[in-house]
Amino acid sequence: MTMVSACPACDALPAAEAVADLELATDAQIALSVPGVHCGACIATVERALEAQEGVQSARVNLTLKRATVEADAELDASQLIGALEAIGYEAHELDAGTLSATASDKAGRDLLMRVGLAGFATMNVMLLSVSVWSGADSATRDLFHWISAAIALPAIAFTGKPFFVSAWSALKARRLNMDVPIVLAIALALVTSLWETMLSGHHAYFDAALTLVFFLLAGRYLDHRTRAVARSAAEELAALEVPRATRLRAGSEEVVALADLAIGDLILVRPGGRMPVDGEIVEGRSELDRSLLTGETAPVFVEEGFVVSAGEVNLTGPLVIRANAVGRDTSLHRMADLVAIAESGRSRYTSLADSAAKLYAPGVHILSALAFVGWYLYTFDMRTALNIAAAVLIITCPCALGLAVPAVTTAASGRLFKMGLLVKHATALERLAEVDTVVFDKTGTLTKGTPVVQNWDELNAEAASVALALAAGSAHPLSQAIVAIGDGLETADVSEIEEIPGFGVQGVWNGKSVRLGRAEWVDAIPVEGSAVYLNLGLAKPVAIRFEDDLRAGAKEAVSILQSQGIEVHILSGDSEGAVQTVAADIGCSNWKSDMLPEDKAEYISDIAAQNRKVMMVGDGLNDTVALAAAHVSMSPASALDAARVASDIVILGSDLSCIAEALEISRRARRRIRENFRIATLYNVIAVPLAIAGLATPLIAALAMSTSSITVSLNALRLR
Amino acid sequence: MTVLGLLIPVSLILGGLGLWGFLYTLRSEQYDDPDGDAQRILSGEYDDRPKD
Repeated sequence: MTMVSACPACDALPAAEAVADLELATDAQIALSVPGVHCGACIATVERALEAQEGVQSARVNLTLKRATVEADAELDASQLIGALEAIGYEAHELDAGTLSATASDKAGRDLLMRVGLAGFATMNVMLLSVSVWSGADSATRDLFHWISAAIALPAIAFTGKPFFVSAWSALKARRLNMDVPIVLAIALALVTSLWETMLSGHHAYFDAALTLVFFLLAGRYLDHRTRAVARSAAEELAALEVPRATRLRAGSEEVVALADLAIGDLILVRPGGRMPVDGEIVEGRSELDRSLLTGETAPVFVEEGFVVSAGEVNLTGPLVIRANAVGRDTSLHRMADLVAIAESGRSRYTSLADSAAKLYAPGVHILSALAFVGWYLYTFDMRTALNIAAAVLIITCPCALGLAVPAVTTAASGRLFKMGLLVKHATALERLAEVDTVVFDKTGTLTKGTPVVQNWDELNAEAASVALALAAGSAHPLSQAIVAIGDGLETADVSEIEEIPGFGVQGVWNGKSVRLGRAEWVDAIPVEGSAVYLNLGLAKPVAIRFEDDLRAGAKEAVSILQSQGIEVHILSGDSEGAVQTVAADIGCSNWKSDMLPEDKAEYISDIAAQNRKVMMVGDGLNDTVALAAAHVSMSPASALDAARVASDIVILGSDLSCIAEALEISRRARRRIRENFRIATLYNVIAVPLAIAGLATPLIAALAMSTSSITVSLNALRLR
Repeated sequence: MTVLGLLIPVSLILGGLGLWGFLYTLRSEQYDDPDGDAQRILSGEYDDRPKD
């Protein structure tokens, strides 16, 4: 600071303002997904590389989420950081910070964990006192211990039991019973009778039982939450990969804006390779569009001025200027999402094993406990004894083990599936998966890679091949890239003046002749069936280079394993008959249908479902979303469009499909374990309940029965790992 | 019996200290990246001054 003044505070003021401004400007966070990090050395390398970049203040890698968070200057571009990481051999993608913020801090999980910790603390202390009572503490000492137990247990349960109180209350308000109603009733009754007994200086107090109950149930709740939190954060990360931005043209200049800021009538520039952000009409430019996400049709479509485009389509060759007709919620993409929401609501009607167990269980224990109360009251005419025994019945039957039976198993099973590259998003997806007897596959992008591969390369002579390679190198069109890929390492002809004509193809000059690679009508060729480009060498008859979609790794294995398990496999596709037939023959599936519209697919699935079959749909496109939501359970690959991933219960992270069959097997085993767990819990009740009704259950027996059954159930679940 | 007057508060205080420690680690987000933390222990890089 060069300015000198008499008042030091005045000097400091603008400086402080500048600092404040600076802090506002620098408070930018960039989140990057770095799937390649897997060890301590990776963490150090990635962090060092990021921090070496100019404008980066700090970088922190989260290995669990495989994500890097960078604090950087506002003007720093994420692509610079991605480039730096790619230079040292780590693949990186920018994540949309807005979408991520929801999962950045797992508040609900931390809240549950805190309650688990508190309940654990209280349980241990009360148990310490209870053990003294069980081992013979008497009269005044016993009363003192009971009072201290009460002082710890009452506030601890009031605080930590909140999730159960809330859930039980909302169930009662809706006039139905869930698992939490008997839990809350048992806890309340246990506390009230224990407090009463303590006041009357009685022998039995159940403070420790009530606390153990809350502790084990919270542990189950937390496991349940954890299972889905991992899947949810990964799924949201996938969603955040699509940073929603668009280039708007205004008064001749380009500006990059968020999708939410676009309005109807805006002119939007979509460069080759870009996705249409809105529905609109082309006002300038010619190009080809990849509409496969909407229609399932792989062949690119030629478009020019006046053509109507939909959000989600990919522009392939030339820059297009479109005028927005529908933005945000009104686009065809979102209308599809609304259809999905309607189909989804049908699925929530599924009753999980836990719910159906609760339906049987809740009235059962209440009736049993009430009968015990009435029986003992009539036998002894002593309110205190009768109430004590009723409370003992409720506490002993209380579903400690039942509360753990499902979450312990689903946590173990989801963990295994996660290691295989499958993310389970929905709470009851595993149970539904176990019931599947029919699997319906989409073709494009699911069974196949969704990228074309040259089929007749050998039919081209050396000259034609080298010219085709040279021309194809001048374009980013997927078909050109397929040619470049198959001709990798071969000789390239010396073609000059290579120029891409958007929407038509590539042309150049070779040996003084004009050569062209592109659409049939543009190179004067006779179109052949299927997906193809045509090469005109100037004089000779134009030749067709044909393309087909290759099968995804493991697709064939998955289908044959599924069929050997007695599961029916169907293929549905929006593609033409020939393309679907080839794939179906390749993987050995006889049930297939081509030229299906989105509604047709959903209808087809409802038809199968109407024959009382449980259908699993595997698909990736927008045209599959309605079918995905209509199916009993659904899967989509990670490469699928956002809407499809949202509509599906399980996301396949890897590219290999063979894990599908194994996932079905694991889900069936998980269901078996859940049922076993219910049987174990019941077995304990069969032994303990008669004791409780006979009035022989002491707090010690209650504690033993509850803990051993919970631990057995958890150990049984671990057998899935 | 008088020893109880000493032992009970002591056990409660010790337990409470453990609980406070647990809540502190929870609040300071120390359970957010268990895999990463397991690896960072082995790295010699942050020994002088822990990263914040």
